Amino acid sequence: MTTETNLETLDPLATAESWMLAGRDVAVATVVETWGSAPRPVGSHLVIDAEGNFAGSVSGGCVEGAVISEAADVISSGEPRMLDFGVADETAWRVGLSCGGRIRVYVERVG
Amino acid sequence: MDPNLLKKLNAARRERKAVIAVTDLGDGRDRLVHKGDAVAGDLGAALEAAFRTGKSGLASVEGREFFLNVHVPPARLVIIGAVHISQVLAPMARMAGFDVLVIDPRTAFATPERFEGTDLADDWPEDALKERPLDAFTALVAVTHDPKIDDFPLIEALRAGCFYIGALGSKKTHARRVDRLGEAGLAASLIGRIAAPIGLDIGAANPPEIAVAILAQVVAALRQRTPAAVPARDEA
Repeated sequence: MTTETNLETLDPLATAESWMLAGRDVAVATVVETWGSAPRPVGSHLVIDAEGNFAGSVSGGCVEGAVISEAADVISSGEPRMLDFGVADETAWRVGLSCGGRIRVYVERVG
Repeated sequence: MDPNLLKKLNAARRERKAVIAVTDLGDGRDRLVHKGDAVAGDLGAALEAAFRTGKSGLASVEGREFFLNVHVPPARLVIIGAVHISQVLAPMARMAGFDVLVIDPRTAFATPERFEGTDLADDWPEDALKERPLDAFTALVAVTHDPKIDDFPLIEALRAGCFYIGALGSKKTHARRVDRLGEAGLAASLIGRIAAPIGLDIGAANPPEIAVAILAQVVAALRQRTPAAVPARDEA
């Protein structure tokens, strides 16, 4: 295992491109807005393929599971989605942010 | 996301170009804007502001919502000396997101085998830095403790206003270095910017731990812009 490989898996956009070039269906999730103490800044990416493999992060682990399952729908439909996560809404019980912040995540298919 | 946009975006990032990926959140269409590209109207003004601050975010223009994802080149770390500490520091700094360059004229040290995957120049700093000059977005770490190799890049770093400048060596070694740089005509206040002994005081006892101490101090300088407020590692 070379350091080069490690670094590529740490760069979600590079991972998305190599998955795409390998013929895999890919979705890109992006943090577009944050309120309060959000774990990852605006612009952070999580990339997901149709099998649920993923790289990068949008929250440091709190909501990735939910984003990955939404990404499966986005990959099959091709329609982008805007997801809201926070402690104030009902989803908080399932996948809320323990830090008390709120984030908006845009999920889109590549191609 | 347009597959071509993804390719162009990654290419621009590899070439250290400042770009913004613009996504229309209404219809999902996106495009890549390079710094200096002319974009008309309110969107153009929002793009200009985003390039200036380096901050990604939403922009509402004529009733439409856009997301502007700003990609500016990562900070650079130039390491003088292809020594044991550098063999650990270089990959660690790359993982932390820095563009890393290692310079050492001693070809026995500067070998690709010792620095797999790291940008390496087996030239004197005088020559290597001519091609890739230091700037305010660069941190300089000098770890040869050989004045013939370290002094020139340290002087260049002070003149270029590198955001972090650190030099390995004992207090005695550094005192002699301060004298030499003073004789070279540099002001004491400028020389005082050099972090020496190098690295945060975490009791680092071996090359990998010293690399952690150095990288932490570089990150502190980048994110807090107060290198002087960070306690120095006490080095024997």
